[in-house]
Amino acid sequence: MKALRLGERQVVWIGLVLVALLVAFSVLAPRTFPTSFNLLNLVSDAAILLLLATGMTFVIITAGIDLSVGGVLVFSAVVAAEVMEATGSLALGALAAVVTGLAWGVLNGVLVALGRIPALIVTLGTLGMSLGGALLLTGGVDLRAPAELNLGLGLARWLGVPLIVWICAAVTAVLAFTLARTRFGRHTYAIGSNAEAARRGGVAVRKHLIKVYGLAGLLAGLAGHLSLAKYGITGVSAHSTDNLQAIAAVVIGGTSLFGGIGTVAGTVIGVFIPVVLQNGFQILGVRPFWQQVVVGAVLIAAVYADQWRRRTRDR
Amino acid sequence: MAAPLLDARGIVKSYGQVEALRGADFAVSPGEVVALIGDNGAGKSTLAKILSGVERPDAGTIEIDGEPVAFGSVEEARAAGIETVYQDLALCADLTPAANFFLGRERLKPGPLGLLGVLDNAAMRRETREACERLGVRLASQNAPVSTLSGGQRQGVAVARAVTWARRVLFMDEPTAALGVVQTRRVLDLIRTVRDSGVSVVLISHNMQDVKAVSDRVEVLRLGRRVARFDTAHVSMEELVGAMTGAFEWENGG
Repeated sequence: MKALRLGERQVVWIGLVLVALLVAFSVLAPRTFPTSFNLLNLVSDAAILLLLATGMTFVIITAGIDLSVGGVLVFSAVVAAEVMEATGSLALGALAAVVTGLAWGVLNGVLVALGRIPALIVTLGTLGMSLGGALLLTGGVDLRAPAELNLGLGLARWLGVPLIVWICAAVTAVLAFTLARTRFGRHTYAIGSNAEAARRGGVAVRKHLIKVYGLAGLLAGLAGHLSLAKYGITGVSAHSTDNLQAIAAVVIGGTSLFGGIGTVAGTVIGVFIPVVLQNGFQILGVRPFWQQVVVGAVLIAAVYADQWRRRTRDR
Repeated sequence: MAAPLLDARGIVKSYGQVEALRGADFAVSPGEVVALIGDNGAGKSTLAKILSGVERPDAGTIEIDGEPVAFGSVEEARAAGIETVYQDLALCADLTPAANFFLGRERLKPGPLGLLGVLDNAAMRRETREACERLGVRLASQNAPVSTLSGGQRQGVAVARAVTWARRVLFMDEPTAALGVVQTRRVLDLIRTVRDSGVSVVLISHNMQDVKAVSDRVEVLRLGRRVARFDTAHVSMEELVGAMTGAFEWENGG
């Protein structure tokens, strides 16, 4: 058997945890939990967060962080809603959301890579700016999505599965391949592992960082549009903990906060564990607040496992 | 001395208030091993970084085959056939040996997949294994990250990488500092092999025994300037140490 890399081994473990949760809830609530209706609910809840977490995976593998994703999501949704209101075109709205997200992401990337400001501070700043900007644009009153979007893309299904889920799954699959098999992914790992070595190896480190933060912003913009379609409202105040949820999912999925290690597959599992816990607790009548407690504990355990493996490895 | 392959003159480099190089000269001829020696802080590593494109000089000229060049980046130095084994090895510990070997010049799959940036990992693994075997570096697994290798193996990967890509000049910054006796001898043998293949080697070292054993010439830096150059065959250990510490002064008396 070929030696598994650190990140891959954690994916196996955390995958087993997810399977154990699914089995446990299925046994405890056999008539309500493992139904197609409930499982579709699960993936619908997870889909949009999955986009944010996938972008976050790339950022964290470069040893960075992006706290701004929730704010960028909301700002992009507001811009999309206003563009659709003004032009009546749903396509222009989608484009506006994606471009707006990309612009925030590139701003993050430029400040981190060229301005040499710590990513934590840059993205904390742009989180405040984008959330505040969204409130300025809306005057603090949530905008509604056009009915054609909310009843169209928001409800559309293909093979019984919501179109939004298909979109998020397809984007995630493409990015999983990009990270694992392409030069773009290889350079992402190299920068997180040893940025100076990557630079001396001829990797355009700054340009690559701008692209990675740009990608995370673009995905947040897309998530903003999909969220607008799904919920029919910009939800300015509903996304203040998106960044922490995304970071938790990425870290639970075996991506190292120190960079250089991680997979999108792990992140997918890391997104589902909190969602499955919440759903299962609800069905079992456990107070839903327990979900936060348990996810917090899983998060700490995941980081502890990563630290411990690194210590044993770096003799 | 033949016409120099690489000729640097009057190189100046300051980091803030610190003058690392104050008009240093340095030359390498085709097919020779030059030792670049000097005390701590003499500017050896800075000079190597400038000549391999990692840092830009504040002043001075660099010529290759008599043509002036200005390396704005590592790629430009590489394109001129210059490679470096850094003192810290410059390896990405989380990546495999093959990924490190091809870092910044990854092999892509042929056809449309390659245009999308898809890596040809099988080819990179094969070429890495071949290169390492040629140099006697044994790797148990091509899939384990570099962090799982021993210090000697890591050094082997870094040296094999530079040797494979170097076409004109190979800089080696303290290549034996982390090595035991046997591994050191292997690196010194390797330096001769590289020279015999037509690539000039610049050996930066503190170890006078290594310098005496393998180099054809010695250039001495002190306080950011070249203070002496010798033919290794005609110099004593005392003279080398004297030049390094400033006990004697020579005026480019090579």
